[in-house]
Amino acid sequence: MDTFSIAGKTFASRLIIGTGKYPSHPVMVKAHEASGADMVTVAVRRVNISDRSKESLLDYIDTSKYFILPNTAGCYTADDAVRTARLGREAGLSHWVKLEVIGDERTLFPDNEALIEATRVLVREGFVVLPYTSDDPVVCRKLEDAGAAAVMPLGAPIGSGLGIQNPNNIRIIREFSRVPVIVDAGVGTASDAAFAMELGADGVLMNTAIAGAQDPAAMAEAMKFAVRAGRLAYLAGRIPRKLYATASSPIEGLVGR
Amino acid sequence: MTITLNGDPFDVSGPLTVSQLLVALDIDARRVAVEHNLVVLKRTAFDAAIVREGDQVEIVNFVGGG
Repeated sequence: MDTFSIAGKTFASRLIIGTGKYPSHPVMVKAHEASGADMVTVAVRRVNISDRSKESLLDYIDTSKYFILPNTAGCYTADDAVRTARLGREAGLSHWVKLEVIGDERTLFPDNEALIEATRVLVREGFVVLPYTSDDPVVCRKLEDAGAAAVMPLGAPIGSGLGIQNPNNIRIIREFSRVPVIVDAGVGTASDAAFAMELGADGVLMNTAIAGAQDPAAMAEAMKFAVRAGRLAYLAGRIPRKLYATASSPIEGLVGR
Repeated sequence: MTITLNGDPFDVSGPLTVSQLLVALDIDARRVAVEHNLVVLKRTAFDAAIVREGDQVEIVNFVGGG
């Protein structure tokens, strides 16, 4: 049985999806249903005090069906990320966090030094920490040593849709890691998700690829199949790449020879 | 009294508990997390935590994100 577990919790789907940037909450609900995902990410932000009219995101997420993974998106220091993680824990009553510490505004690449520091602090406080990291095997190893429950290397910059830019690193990270490897960010379309899984990723996390598609629910369904297909292909063991052709049909018994 | 609420000055009659502050703001306590003077409060502490003049309060909830 091919199960997907993080920190002892088993998930039905290897696809994890976001809740941001959808055209509307009902569109998000349809996409979540079509994706088959059972874990969704959310952000932690200040309540708008002057305008209380806005609907709550949680009105649109069935928490009996979806496990909520709060993130620390937008945090630029370890302290802010730790603070946000603590708030997310109280708002959601789970001790899981998708840990982000951003190091650069234009690329949204992680500040790995601060990320490792924040991971250590939060693991000590009993959090299950899933850090969003560079596709760097050495950093991933340090995160694992710091107690991360999974490592989540980027495939490409957040929201870029560029696909997996450094497949060799993802393969090396998979070989190095004893914890699940989840490719987080950079997926543009279904083949990118399938490719990530074929490289050996244990899961894929995405937001913009679905929320920004012209038909988010259809893309969510495509991603569901892509992640499954990629996983099956990885487990099946692909054929080696060869430079020249090898005939599929018998070369004996040809008419006229 | 004036407190700093989500980064801005905010006038409210007090001292009052965090629970009372949330009622005054018409905020459902089950949907938010509260940080009081940089300490994140357990939900069970909302009734006991007293907000006083000059205190810093952050009230957060979940929004869409990736």
